[in-house]
Amino acid sequence: MFDHADAVLLARIQFAFTVSFHFLFPSFSIGLASYLAVLNGLWLRTKDEVYLTLFKYWLKIFALTFAMGVVSGIVLSYQFGTNWSVFADKTGPVIGPLMAYEVMTAFFLEAGFLGVMLFGMNRVGPALHFAATLAVAVGTFISAFWILSANSWLQTPAGYAINAAGQFVPADWWKIVFNPSFPYRLTHTVMAAYLTTALAVGGVGAWHLLRDKANRGARVMFSMAMGMITVVAPLQILAGDAHGLNTLEHQPAKVMAMEGHFQSHPDGAPLILFGLPDQAAAKVRAEVSVPKASSLILKHDLGAPLAGLDTVPRADWPVVPVVFWSFRVMVGMGLLMGLLALVSLVARMRRRLYDWRPLLRFAVAMGPAGFVTVIAGWITTEVGRQPFTVYGLLRTTASAAPLDAPAVGASLLAFIGVYFIVFGAGTFYILRLMSHPPHPGEAGLEAGRPTRAAGIIPGGATEPEAGR
Amino acid sequence: MTVSIDLATAWAFIIAFAVFAYVVMDGFDLGIGILFPAFKPGPERDSAMNSVAPVWDGNETWLVLGGGGLMAAFPLAYAIILPALYAPIIAMLLALIFRGVGFEFRWRDPRHRPFWDLAFTAGSVVAAFAQGVTLGALLQGIKVVGRGYGGGWWDWLSPFSLLTGASVVIGYALLGSTWLIMKTQGPMQARAYRQAGWLGWATIACIAAVSAATPFLQNGYYQRWFAMPNVLYTAQVPLLVVVGSGLFFLNLRARRQAAPFLLTLGLFALTFAGLGISMFPYVVPTAVTIWDAAAPASSQVFMLVGAAVLIPIILIYTGYAYWVFRGKVGHEGYH
Repeated sequence: MFDHADAVLLARIQFAFTVSFHFLFPSFSIGLASYLAVLNGLWLRTKDEVYLTLFKYWLKIFALTFAMGVVSGIVLSYQFGTNWSVFADKTGPVIGPLMAYEVMTAFFLEAGFLGVMLFGMNRVGPALHFAATLAVAVGTFISAFWILSANSWLQTPAGYAINAAGQFVPADWWKIVFNPSFPYRLTHTVMAAYLTTALAVGGVGAWHLLRDKANRGARVMFSMAMGMITVVAPLQILAGDAHGLNTLEHQPAKVMAMEGHFQSHPDGAPLILFGLPDQAAAKVRAEVSVPKASSLILKHDLGAPLAGLDTVPRADWPVVPVVFWSFRVMVGMGLLMGLLALVSLVARMRRRLYDWRPLLRFAVAMGPAGFVTVIAGWITTEVGRQPFTVYGLLRTTASAAPLDAPAVGASLLAFIGVYFIVFGAGTFYILRLMSHPPHPGEAGLEAGRPTRAAGIIPGGATEPEAGR
Repeated sequence: MTVSIDLATAWAFIIAFAVFAYVVMDGFDLGIGILFPAFKPGPERDSAMNSVAPVWDGNETWLVLGGGGLMAAFPLAYAIILPALYAPIIAMLLALIFRGVGFEFRWRDPRHRPFWDLAFTAGSVVAAFAQGVTLGALLQGIKVVGRGYGGGWWDWLSPFSLLTGASVVIGYALLGSTWLIMKTQGPMQARAYRQAGWLGWATIACIAAVSAATPFLQNGYYQRWFAMPNVLYTAQVPLLVVVGSGLFFLNLRARRQAAPFLLTLGLFALTFAGLGISMFPYVVPTAVTIWDAAAPASSQVFMLVGAAVLIPIILIYTGYAYWVFRGKVGHEGYH
């Protein structure tokens, strides 16, 4: 088996599979950590029990999400070496330190205070416990900062030199960290994490409101989530537009693939809404397009010329149909989020936020939308920068480890099997927790774990796992 | 042996520190996983797991620092070692997934708790064994061609690497049992004392076997250990192992609470020092030295500034997290 397969292709599938699975968890836990910090702060400030209820409710889901994020993340930090060793040798001096800073400033902070956040409320008192929750939330953001800096450097390399051994070596750390696409990617990704979380929280709130519109916990979480979406969704559309313009400047071939522009358009490029890109024939079949609208969006000028993939050597093309469609999924979902923002705002102003069933059903349907959108967005940007690992400088085919196809094939099968079992079970447990309505006196993580170091007497050991 | 402290040497020590911190800290977590089937389902298993639940995540982070630090400070070594050890490293990563989610999933699904407990144990055993195999395979040497690995995907497999694999499983189990001596009481602690007794003997046997085999791996290790005048220094290591082992059994017999764990840490530190004597200054014995593999000074300095400030801070708040969850788990509570 796999004897005749392409080892590099298998390694790419393995990386795509493991990184896609991984990113589902941080895109939820970045937002959820901040949400928990807000709930914790509101509870300390107002002493309103509903915030404590919601804190404990989402803390259980956070614990599961975070654990899955950690274990799937370690895979990635080693996979650079196991499967992409040439890439690791060449880029290690530049992106290695960025990731080392991520470990030293973020991972330890998160991991060190996670135990206190999850189990320590009775041990350290509310103020220190809140500090631990804040530390975890800040840690998730710092982590995003460094890893997105590293990713952005690979997309838009800057501040480097190349040494005699063919390695990228740092010349200017400021330019490396704050490379051209970094501010855009950071903003876009962190807002995506907030939106993903708000949609999930809103979906859960709406689900319970459809069953019991008087549930106070469900009302508060739904209102907070819709408020967040109303603010962030429009901002995210603006940030996405700015990110697109940045990409046009630094990675034009990616934008050509996103737009399906095989040909150059010297006087105004059409906006292709739908179509079937045919990479071999270099054209889009069954095209539905708006004349000159692409130039309007990308150049803010109807008649502006736009170059197409015909100006790029074929060997440097990304896989156009994948980028084209993943981009449309992302944008389509983004527009639906904008619609949800608008509809919920109208409902709020008409005081129908908690009982207008079409809105609640829409919010439930949009519950998983953030995850779909985030993955579609990453597929757009990562497939769109192919065939390079360091954009324009190091080809993917020249980055792989000297492994035989059977080795990579075997590990790929193992990853697929393990991920579906483990993360399938984890997702099921999260959904099951979400299906319980929040209620006053919500169990925390200490309850039901009587022997937890956080200290509740063992008499509880025989109690059923109620409410967990 | 004179060691001039240059950047590469400083980073070699930092990464060695991270790896050591990982080995002893996740070592006792994994050890508890290895010993897990010996605990009765119910309160015993719950207390065993609770004794590490608040800290395991931080412990595992040292593994990320070790790996990430290696890529950043010695990218060439990272690029050679990881493909060479492909199978054991992938096995370790998959095993750590089962181990890690075991902490959470067993509480979420009482009906399938036996399954997740089994996953926790299997994950711990496989991860420990794979780490030991990795160590053995590195010591016995890796075939290097140009700037990459030049061997096949089963080259790591040898009697020696299987020996080191088994040794690490046993050593981690000893760490786990002595940790439980510290963290539990009553019948569970009594069992931990008994386990630590025979695991102590087994660990010492493993140290002896690996130490006896290493000089004959023909990577110049024999010279380092036995040539004059080096032998005057190197002989201190086995001597201290003997002294440490004696103290360990004395303290075990005296039913001391913390000393067995601390002395086990000491034994691990000595074996780690022995490893350093065998390897230094090679990072891939005997093909690539730390200077061959070093990233440029601009990379190493950039990180060193951060590491010098951040690692002490990390140690302080990690210490705080341990302090919050100090004392025995289970019985009575603490407030």
